[in-house]
Amino acid sequence: MSEPLLQAVNLECERDDRVLFRDLSVAIVPGTLTRVEGPNGTGKTTLLRILAGLSDHYSGQVLWRGEPRNHRREEFARNLLYIGHKPGIKPLLTPMENLRSLVSGRRPLSDDVLSQALEGTGLAGFQTVPCRNLSAGQQRRVALARLLVSDEPLWILDEAFTAIDHHGVAALENLLQERARQGGAVIVTTHHDMDLPDMKRVTLGGLHAG
Amino acid sequence: MPADPAMVVRSPEDSPGTFGAMRSLFLRDLRVAFRQKQDLLNPLLFFIMVVSLFPLGVSPEVSFLSRAGSGILWVAALLSVLLSLDHLFRHDYDDGTLEQLVLQPQSLFLLVLAKTLAHWVVTGLPLVLLSPVLGVMVHLEGNSLGMLCLTLLIGTPVLSLIGSIGAALTLGLRSAGVLLSLLIIPLYIPVLIFGTGTVAAAAEGAPVGAYIALMGAFLVLAVTLAPFATAAALRISLSNS
Repeated sequence: MSEPLLQAVNLECERDDRVLFRDLSVAIVPGTLTRVEGPNGTGKTTLLRILAGLSDHYSGQVLWRGEPRNHRREEFARNLLYIGHKPGIKPLLTPMENLRSLVSGRRPLSDDVLSQALEGTGLAGFQTVPCRNLSAGQQRRVALARLLVSDEPLWILDEAFTAIDHHGVAALENLLQERARQGGAVIVTTHHDMDLPDMKRVTLGGLHAG
Repeated sequence: MPADPAMVVRSPEDSPGTFGAMRSLFLRDLRVAFRQKQDLLNPLLFFIMVVSLFPLGVSPEVSFLSRAGSGILWVAALLSVLLSLDHLFRHDYDDGTLEQLVLQPQSLFLLVLAKTLAHWVVTGLPLVLLSPVLGVMVHLEGNSLGMLCLTLLIGTPVLSLIGSIGAALTLGLRSAGVLLSLLIIPLYIPVLIFGTGTVAAAAEGAPVGAYIALMGAFLVLAVTLAPFATAAALRISLSNS
């Protein structure tokens, strides 16, 4: 077993005087796909935002490769790809421009590669249409095109499957599994019942269940 | 179990430099601004309207206008920058690109600086370019007119930079407008005083070197400190969302 990329130790998070989770420890090992599950309002998104470093409302520790993450912020940022609830797509820009600006801070890539990634997510022919004219699912696909050109070892995807059709869901599930097989680490939340072989689960909401 | 060992962790050489990231962010913001012409024109129209109402509302006499003109232009420019501040981070916050910005490996200080510079180019700079025309309208003489444009050129970036702190702080709030003004206007006052003071000194023929130097000092201070505060405020606002 290789050492964990990302580790959360004894996380506790409280929102609006309600404890979402307590003593939660998670270790994200390379080569695994982890699904965070639980009913609505149990803090799935909150947990993902904490793991991604967007939220500071927690006590406990988050370790990146064995060291406190806040000491290695830049290295952590370089190795993380986060796609949130809001996909990070500018409605006034075309898919191509959006993808280019999302990728440009991380890796210099040629337009051919980006164009192929967009075609790979089923957006062939839409490269030059402003994103506000695209459907919600298509906008999400623009964000997901980043996965096809990503070399970050850690992916955190919040509700990645929202508004994606059946074919897209199957393709994306394949992509995530393939990624884990190659040694990447993937953390997702989904609304549909995703059940893949070798999938790890983190179940939230236990505090209220019993 | 995975056949390969862990995926390679990316090293600093794999990412483009900070300058490249700043440039691409700057160009993206300009592109977005030019596709949203209404946001681009609003502060400019506001500026023109406020300045042209003074001769109508107060007095069209040359003696009054040439004395009060520089102050009118400065106040109008200040207010129209204030008006545009809410857009600085709001759209990015709503569509999620702000989260992506904060998660970029480059220093958030410099990224914020690039973003604020883009904001100045689409709001402050047009005001500076328009000010000679409006200055002539309020009967400013050659010397004061030149000095007005110079002080606006130095002063409007300061307004954008200071304003970015307030915009970042009030990001998570529903009706941020009034609070933003309350937070920011006290910080704008020194810039306003020295901006109009420079023009007044020039009109009286007094030396203005010290005034200009002080304005320059404001700019240096704002460039070096404001993005720090803005970056921290952005992290807080996102953390609370």
